[in-house]
Amino acid sequence: MKGKVTMKTPLIASGLILAAGMASADTPVLTIYTYDSFTSDWGPGPAVEAAFEETCGCDLQFVGAGDGASLLARLRLEGDSTDADIVLGLDTNLIAAARETGLFADHGVDASNLTLPVAWQDDQFLPFDWGYFAFVHDTDMQNVPTSFTELAESDARIVIQDPRSSTPGLGLLMWVKYVYGDAAEAVWEALADNIVTVTPGWSEAYGLFLEGEADMVLSYTTSPAYHLIAEEDDTRTAALFDAGHYLQIEVAGMVEGSDHADLARDFLAFMLTPAFQSVIPTTNWMYPAALPASDLPEGFDTLIQPQPGLIFTPEEAAALRDEALEEWRAALSQ
Amino acid sequence: MARSAQPVGISAWAGAAVAALVLTVIAVPLGAVMLRADASSGLGPADWAAVRFTVGQAFLSALFSVGLAIPVARALARRNFRGRSALIALMGAPFILPVIVAVLGLLTVFGRQGALSEILRLFGLPGVEIYGLHGVVLAHVFFNLPLAVRLILQGWLAIPVERFRLAATLGFSSRDIARHMERPMLRNVLPGAFLVIFLICTTSFAVALTLGGGPRATTVELAIYQAFLFDFDLGRAALLGLVQVAICVIAGVFVLWVATPNAIGTGLDQQVERWDGQSRAARLLDGAFITAAALFLLLPLTAVVLRGAGAIATMPPSIWVAALRSIALSLVTASVAVGMALPMAMLIARGRARGLLETIGALSIAVSPLVIGTGLFLILRPIAGPTDMALPVTGLVNALAALPFVLRALVPAVEQAEAGYGRLALSLGLSGPNYLRHVLLPRLRRPLGFGAGLAAALSMGDLGVITLFAAPQQGTLPLEMYRLMGSYRTDDAQGAALLLLVLSLAIFWIFDRGGRVNAAV
Repeated sequence: MKGKVTMKTPLIASGLILAAGMASADTPVLTIYTYDSFTSDWGPGPAVEAAFEETCGCDLQFVGAGDGASLLARLRLEGDSTDADIVLGLDTNLIAAARETGLFADHGVDASNLTLPVAWQDDQFLPFDWGYFAFVHDTDMQNVPTSFTELAESDARIVIQDPRSSTPGLGLLMWVKYVYGDAAEAVWEALADNIVTVTPGWSEAYGLFLEGEADMVLSYTTSPAYHLIAEEDDTRTAALFDAGHYLQIEVAGMVEGSDHADLARDFLAFMLTPAFQSVIPTTNWMYPAALPASDLPEGFDTLIQPQPGLIFTPEEAAALRDEALEEWRAALSQ
Repeated sequence: MARSAQPVGISAWAGAAVAALVLTVIAVPLGAVMLRADASSGLGPADWAAVRFTVGQAFLSALFSVGLAIPVARALARRNFRGRSALIALMGAPFILPVIVAVLGLLTVFGRQGALSEILRLFGLPGVEIYGLHGVVLAHVFFNLPLAVRLILQGWLAIPVERFRLAATLGFSSRDIARHMERPMLRNVLPGAFLVIFLICTTSFAVALTLGGGPRATTVELAIYQAFLFDFDLGRAALLGLVQVAICVIAGVFVLWVATPNAIGTGLDQQVERWDGQSRAARLLDGAFITAAALFLLLPLTAVVLRGAGAIATMPPSIWVAALRSIALSLVTASVAVGMALPMAMLIARGRARGLLETIGALSIAVSPLVIGTGLFLILRPIAGPTDMALPVTGLVNALAALPFVLRALVPAVEQAEAGYGRLALSLGLSGPNYLRHVLLPRLRRPLGFGAGLAAALSMGDLGVITLFAAPQQGTLPLEMYRLMGSYRTDDAQGAALLLLVLSLAIFWIFDRGGRVNAAV
C-alpha cells in the first residue's frame, strides 16, 4: 500500500505514512474514485491502470466506493478535503448534484472524437462509456412487447430495480417520464401487475431473472453481449422499444484544487484514446464513448440498435426526479 | 437468583466499560452524522409508513421463527440419533449466508420455477407466489429459525439432568415435565430470543424489498439508503437511525417486562438423558418436526452447494485472497466479541441494571450499519486514511454486531452457574480469577464455544461497514462475491458463495465443537 495517503492527510497521520511513502516519494500518485466493479480484477481498472502508468510516470490508484450514487455521497462527505484527483463513474442523473458541490474543475479536454448517439457539451464532465437501458429476455419469449403500453397489456413478468437505491432503477424512471410525461403515473399503474418485484440493486434483479423468476429484467442492450462473448450463450436478447431507449452516459471529472491537476487532465485525455476505450466493451460491458462502431469486438454487431437514444439534460433530470419518484411510488404502492 | 453472591469485582467494571463502549460506538457516529447534516426535511409520511411496515414484518418474522423453533428444539433435545450434531451445525448455515445467496437458494424451492411450484403443477394446481409480506416472513424465518432453535436448545440443555432423573422417578409424563421444567425455562429463554430476531429483522433491507414485491415493502433501512444516497439528506438518515434506536429500546423494555429470571436451579453438569417422550406418537411427532425443519433449511442450501461446486475451481485468485482476509477478520471478531460479552454477561447475571444492559447489548444490531459506518467514516477520516482503517473498523463493528448473540448464549448459563455455585464459591473464598477459572469458565464452555463460533461465522458473511472503507484490493469474501454478481459473473459468485458457506460452517463447527470437548467436566 505504498503512498496510499496523499499530501492532504493531516499531520497526525503523516508520521505513520512517511516511512511507507518514502520509496515512492518522487512518483506522483493520481487518485481516482470510482465504483467498485470498475476496479475489480475483471473490470476495466487493471488494464486502464497499466496502460496509463506506462506513459505517465505516475502511480495511478483506484479507490472503489460502491456504485455511482455512493461515489457521489462519499465525495460529498469528504468535501474540500477529498483525496480524489478524479471521480470516474457518475452518470447523467448524478451530474447536476455533482456540479452543485462545486468540487469539480473544468477539464479543458477536446471531446470532438466522441461517438455517443447524442451531442455532448459539458465543461466539467467527460463521458467514458454509455449504454441503452432495455428489457433483457430469452430468445424463445413469445410476443415480445415493443413499448411500455404493450408490456403493460401483456402478461409478461418483469423485475426492475428501485430508483432510490439503484442507477438502472432511476434510469427506468426517467425513461418512462421521458416517453410519457404527465401520463407516466398511469403507465406505472398499468405496469404494476407485470412487476414481479423491485430489487435494491441490479445484481439481485439480474439474479432473479437468470433464476427464471421473470420473463424480462431491466438491464442494458449490451447485456446479451456478455452471455454471447463470455459464456458463448446466444439465448439472451433485448426487447426493442419503438419510442426509443433511455441512455445511461457514464462520466468522469477532475476535482478542483487537485495537487496533480496536469496529471488529472492527462488522464481525462487518455480516457478518450483507444488504449482506454477498447478495454470498455468486454470489461464494463457498455459501449465505449469514443470508439467507432467498426472497432467494437465481434458479437456487439448482434445487439439491437435502438432509435433514437433518449436523454434528459442533467438539469432537467434533477428537476424531474422527485416528482417522477413520487408518481412511481404512488402507482406501485396501491 | 444469586444477587450479589459475588462481590463487585473487576469483571463488573469491565462489564460496565464494555456497555459504555457499545453506547459510544453507536451514539458518537450517529451524532457525527447529525452534526454534518445541512438542512433536513425531517420525517415524512412515507418514512412513517416504512416504520410501520418494518415493525410489522419484524414482529411476524420473530413470532414465527421463535414459535416454530420451540417444537424443533424440543425434538432435538429429546432425541438422540446419528448425525444429530452435524444436522444442528448444518441447520445453522442460513443465518450466516449473504442475503442474495440465501434468497436465490430459497427460490429454488419456493420460486416460480422452484421445486414446490413444480410439484403443485403436477397436481394441476397453480404454482406458489413468494412475493409479498408472506415471502418476506418466510425468508426471515429461513434466516432466523436456526438461531432460534439453537438459543432455545441451549436452554433445554441447561436443564440439569438430575431434574429429569427426579422427574422420571416421580413418574412425570411429558406434560408434567413441560409444566414444571420446560415452561419456566422457555419463559426465561424465549423473550430474549424473540428480541434478538425481531431486531435483526428490523434492519432487513434487501430481503424485505426483493421479496416484498415493491415500494410497499420499504423498510426503515431502505429509507436510510434513500436519505443518504438519493437525497443526501444526512439529517434524515440520522433521524431514521434514532428511530431504529427507539424501536430497539421499546422492544427491549417490553421483552424484559415479559421475561422472568431463570429459576431452574442447577445440577451436576451431566449429559441430559430423557426418559419421557418415548411413546411412539411422541417419537413420530419429534421426527416429523426435525425432518420438516431440516428440509426447509437444507434444500435451499443444497441448491447453493450444487451450483457453486462447478465454479469453485475456476474462480479468480482474488477470491481466495479475500477468503484468507475474511478468516483472519472473523477470528479477531470472535475473540473481541467473546472478550466483550463475558464481563457484560457476568454483570447482567448479577441483576444490576439488567434491562438497561441487555438493551444496550442489543442496540448494535438494531441500528443501521450504513449510519454507523458513515459516522465512523466522518470521525476517523481526519485521523487516518479510510483504507488503513478498513479492517480494524470492520472487526470492531462486526464484534459489536455479534455481541447480542453471544450475550444471549452466555447470560442464562452465567446466571445458572452463579445461582448454583456462587454461594459455595463465596463461602470457600473463591473470587476473582480463581472463581472465573474454576467455577465459571468450565460451565460456560458450551455457550462460549457457541457464541464465538456464531460471532466468527457472522463476521465471515457480513458485508457491514467494509463497503464504505475498503480499497479495491481489500475486499472480504462477501464483498468480492457481490462484486462478481455485479459484473454478470454469476457462476463465479456462486462458487464464492459456496466457499463462504463452507468456511463459515467450518469455523462455527470448530468453535462450537471446542466448546463441547469434555462438556461434562
